[in-house]
Amino acid sequence: MIRHLLSAADLDHTEALRVLDTAAELLALADRPIKKLPTLRGRTVVNLFFEDSTRTRISFEAAAKRLSADVITFSAKGSSVSKGESLKDTALTLQALGADAVIVRHQSSGAPHRLAASGWVDGSVVNAGDGTHEHPTQALLDAFTLRRHLAGGVGDLDGRRITIVGDVLHSRVARSNALLLATLGAEVTLVAPPTLLPVGIDSWPVSTSYDLDGALAKSDAVMMLRVQRERGAAGGFFPSAREYSRRYGIDSRRMALLPDHAIVMHPGPMNRGVEITAEVADHERSVIVEQVSNGVAVRMAVLYLLLSGSAGEQDA
Amino acid sequence: MNHPLLLKGVRPLGGQPTDLLLRDGVIAATGAAAVAEAPAGTSELDVAGLIALPGLVDLHTHLREPGREDAETVASGTKAAAMGGFTAVHAMANTDPVADTAGVVEQVWRLGREAGWCDVHPVGAVTVGIAGQRLAELGAMADSAAHVRIFSDDGHCVSDAVVMRRALEYVKAFDGVIAQHAQEPRLTEGAQMNEGQLSGRLGLAGWPAVAEEAIVARDVLLAAHVGSRLHVCHVSTAGSVEIIRWAKTKGWDVTAEVTPHHLLLTDELAASYDPLFKVNPPLRSAEDVQALREGLADGAVDAVATDHAPHPVEDKECEWSAAAMGMLGLETALSVVQEAMIDTGLLDWAGVADRMSTRPAAIGRLRVQGRPLSAGEPANLVLVDADARRTVRPLGLASLSRNTPFADRELPGRVVATFLRGRPTVLDGQAVEPGTARPAPVGTLR
Repeated sequence: MIRHLLSAADLDHTEALRVLDTAAELLALADRPIKKLPTLRGRTVVNLFFEDSTRTRISFEAAAKRLSADVITFSAKGSSVSKGESLKDTALTLQALGADAVIVRHQSSGAPHRLAASGWVDGSVVNAGDGTHEHPTQALLDAFTLRRHLAGGVGDLDGRRITIVGDVLHSRVARSNALLLATLGAEVTLVAPPTLLPVGIDSWPVSTSYDLDGALAKSDAVMMLRVQRERGAAGGFFPSAREYSRRYGIDSRRMALLPDHAIVMHPGPMNRGVEITAEVADHERSVIVEQVSNGVAVRMAVLYLLLSGSAGEQDA
Repeated sequence: MNHPLLLKGVRPLGGQPTDLLLRDGVIAATGAAAVAEAPAGTSELDVAGLIALPGLVDLHTHLREPGREDAETVASGTKAAAMGGFTAVHAMANTDPVADTAGVVEQVWRLGREAGWCDVHPVGAVTVGIAGQRLAELGAMADSAAHVRIFSDDGHCVSDAVVMRRALEYVKAFDGVIAQHAQEPRLTEGAQMNEGQLSGRLGLAGWPAVAEEAIVARDVLLAAHVGSRLHVCHVSTAGSVEIIRWAKTKGWDVTAEVTPHHLLLTDELAASYDPLFKVNPPLRSAEDVQALREGLADGAVDAVATDHAPHPVEDKECEWSAAAMGMLGLETALSVVQEAMIDTGLLDWAGVADRMSTRPAAIGRLRVQGRPLSAGEPANLVLVDADARRTVRPLGLASLSRNTPFADRELPGRVVATFLRGRPTVLDGQAVEPGTARPAPVGTLR
């Protein structure tokens, strides 16, 4: 197993499947009366959150605690040199506390890379979302959810057609999913207004479209990305939230364009009425709540494999 | 203190070995005459095989004083310049306070004279406070003791077309030039790196080439329209080179510079998220690097300028988006140019002398720099061991700062000696403190 999880590209096909298979085993345990495993007893996991994200933080906390790790949560909003303690000093503090793993959420793209490459901390670094770069555990839980619904819960996603819709330009979820789902064999289509697709996207392992209706009929799953209203009028990326909804939001009419077996996903938090209507969000084929519960199992698997895997022992 | 000095076996511009006699601050004689005219007591230095170039002239140096003496001072920055083979630097205006008055430019000029490492020619700000709104007192700076001829809001683009037009017009009165930092501000809000495949993958806001090229295109047209002189700072894209080449074919008075780092490094380095590679304009693609090299070779780009930009450690030892932009350049410039231009066969040493001394001196209207290595000329020169290789060690630099992108990289060539008006500022690769009593140099330099 790899030492750090910074990007979905860090996982090859074998390693990605190992995470998903491990998560499946751990999820089975969740149904038992005693949910805790002794695996990481005596290990220290630090949640280092420079940016508010209650749901991701809680998910990692629950995952670490179910593996019996000691969990320290460190919220340090605002991190740059001008705003207070530097990333380096925070890292050195965690190192002094003996962190075996640092789960880092940061508003700056690449901050987890800096932590992992700097030598400031010895522990494994897990990227829990960095700027507009990546969010690899979100992609893993999305892949896990997709596999349960589209592949019987085993193997990869070979040939499954996944459509990801929305603000790809600013979305770390889209970046990680594009990489991981492609690794797992899925055919990924990114749909967005041209202003919200990054320059150079033709080099990504995906296809792109500006036409949501056309893409839906060929989708086994559609993943709606959160679109901040500020990207519209003020940001100038699209004329208005209303126009965005009309062209790129999913509602009941568009839901009907999907094949019957297709599922609807959203990484949360949702902007009901912008990228997704309430009817679709609460639809029986929406798996948004299940994504959250799968998140804990997937994050348990990541921590388990990073901290108790054989490669980890060799590094130590 | 200036003993007559005979440099024996030196190769001017990489040509045939000869002797140079330095006396009273000038090259007194060359060849057989140098030996014949050497007075009794002349020190002889065996410099066989070393290449002599006219002292290098940097059009773009951030000395940080006044205001950020924690990053660099006039003294430390000019010492670094001497170590890099420079005998003149142009000190950029974005200090604190900004060099937008005669008082500040005279202060920087005086600090340079007192330090004694190389000539310091302050660049004046185009607009008050480099805010882009109102013209600074350009005439007062031109008439001051600092004799400012280059004006720049570097770090900020003079983006307002009317302000730029007026500035270009106004400096015609004293043969000034506007050195533009070409960056369309709205296209580069929050920009972190070159916009391309990699910026999309890394999730870093892109700095598109068009944001530079749009301003370069506008400015060459403005310069032509008002019949003035434009200099484009740190050109970084293939498109800019093409526009400038076109402007020159029209006969317009447009010059341009390229930095050493843009001649050697590409945006791939941003994948490390190490802010040592964060710079403005950003490192570009391999195709841009090739176009810049070709532009420098064919003269579309006139000069190499370092954009030496010192920053304290804490401003680089952080996450990418929080880090300062800029790189050290003075002490590695010649080596980088050797690797990018000489070792690739794009320029010979005469070409390097032209692009790093003659042309920059002409752009800055300097009369005693960038001169030929012939009898009667000022003894501003640098001796280079082109066969040496060295590994760049940040802690070994004369600059107060450590932010070199070439850390631990092996580069060709080594500055063995620098002479400022006949006085060695660097000898045997070691800085020679100005004004210190010392014996006349004798023996062999390597």
